[in-house]
Amino acid sequence: MRFSGLRVITEGLTGNRGWTPHWRDATPKDAYDVVIIGGGGHGLATAYYLARNHGITNVAVLEKGYLGGGNVGRNTTIVRANYFLPGNSEFYSHSLKLWEGLEQDLNYNVMHSQRGQIALFHNDAQRDAAIRRGNAIRNQGDDAELLTPGDLRRVLPYLDYEQTRFPIYGGLLQRRAGTARHDAVAWGFARGASDRGVDLIQNCEVTGIDIDAGNVRGVQTTRGAIRAGKVAIVVAGRSSQVAAMAGMRLPIESHVLQAFVTEGLKPCIDHVVSFGMGHFYISQSDKGGLVFGGDLDFHASYAARGNLPMAEHVMEAGMTLMPMIGKAKLLRSWGGIMDMTPDGSPIIDRTDVDGLYFNGGWCYGGFKAVPGSGYSMAHLVATGRHHEPAARFRLDRFLTGRGLMDEEGTGAQHNLH
Amino acid sequence: MRITCPVCGERDRREFHYKGDAVALNRPDPDAGDAAWDDYIHTRDNPAGETRDLWYHETGCAAWIVVTRNTVSHEVLDTRLASDVVRAAGERGGEVRK
Repeated sequence: MRFSGLRVITEGLTGNRGWTPHWRDATPKDAYDVVIIGGGGHGLATAYYLARNHGITNVAVLEKGYLGGGNVGRNTTIVRANYFLPGNSEFYSHSLKLWEGLEQDLNYNVMHSQRGQIALFHNDAQRDAAIRRGNAIRNQGDDAELLTPGDLRRVLPYLDYEQTRFPIYGGLLQRRAGTARHDAVAWGFARGASDRGVDLIQNCEVTGIDIDAGNVRGVQTTRGAIRAGKVAIVVAGRSSQVAAMAGMRLPIESHVLQAFVTEGLKPCIDHVVSFGMGHFYISQSDKGGLVFGGDLDFHASYAARGNLPMAEHVMEAGMTLMPMIGKAKLLRSWGGIMDMTPDGSPIIDRTDVDGLYFNGGWCYGGFKAVPGSGYSMAHLVATGRHHEPAARFRLDRFLTGRGLMDEEGTGAQHNLH
Repeated sequence: MRITCPVCGERDRREFHYKGDAVALNRPDPDAGDAAWDDYIHTRDNPAGETRDLWYHETGCAAWIVVTRNTVSHEVLDTRLASDVVRAAGERGGEVRK
């Protein structure tokens, strides 16, 4: 079934009786060429690009819950490519280019909205850093513009510019950044993979990884054993548990990150606004809710909910930046489990087991990475070679110290990112 | 989440700074080699369940505390002064964690 404007009109006039399920809910076969553990955004994108780019369609995606029920449905939906360091910058640049063609490629409306993201700064040193970052972004081939307070007042009239604590000196704008409908991204990749023959298997928890003489042979699941030539672990949020099934210990600590949404309001916030000093970032969904997030709760946690101290801190940051949101009523809050790596950058790599590949450590930047991550992971699984834009996401960078990507410059150790 | 400081009693989580896994009490010898240091600094068991980590009572008595807690339920199961944990381990002649 292809989506088109004509189809929407036709269905609308005929009682919407022609719509069919977007993907097949498959039952597991005995064996596959590739088994992907994890039916979130990254796992589904990996399956899609394996089929689309490499013609590998004898693939199963195993999901212990339901498709897209993890972090891909628990984020603040921001898509951007404004990284500073080599390694990250070309990867997110590639991912943003994939986003820009994603809806046509998938024939699926992921509501990708390039409304622009503005990162604010509050003193001269931060302005220098923003200029430097902007130049790095432009050298990468992406867009960045420096906005003066005058520019900002025209587009963001609702900020508190003259406050004493964090007076607003300007902002770095990336016009091609924006948001997307997070669930639709998972559904679109699921549909695209399923249409090409990939089996999407829900309620199928992996309980073991079969390894023989250093080669991966398959997986044990709650729906029986499945043989596989190659296995890809794509389960950010639960990486340590699944990797432990293969005898691996990872440079990852899991943390909870909270997000919030208000009741639906009339359009008032047209961009993604990032307030780094309060670690507060906000956008308005198409439904009208103000969607915003904060920093980690800063202790290891697998509770997909947060604690009140960080909730209070996020509200304070929001009120500091834009006092008008004090009148909005909070509708929901939730938490997602972040794979935090020591340097704050992700991992896409082989493992010491032949045929076993690992994708994880997305910290709090996984959503915008979904297309790029799937594209590069599929390349690695299909060819055995790293895909150039993701070639620096190595697992051994912590041991050797080569290629660490510490965007915040705080040092490559846990609890600093 | 509330944490019981062995010195000050039960206090709000906001009084404490989180350091991370209590592996920090097992610092390797300077010449232990790259693998031991990589393991110490970067690699984590990262359990979904009971864990032991180090907290600093920053706005209280400034004690370092070993907290045993559940990472899924956020339940705090046990708290001890890190100095006591280290001393007890030294008397046993063993590693702090084992």
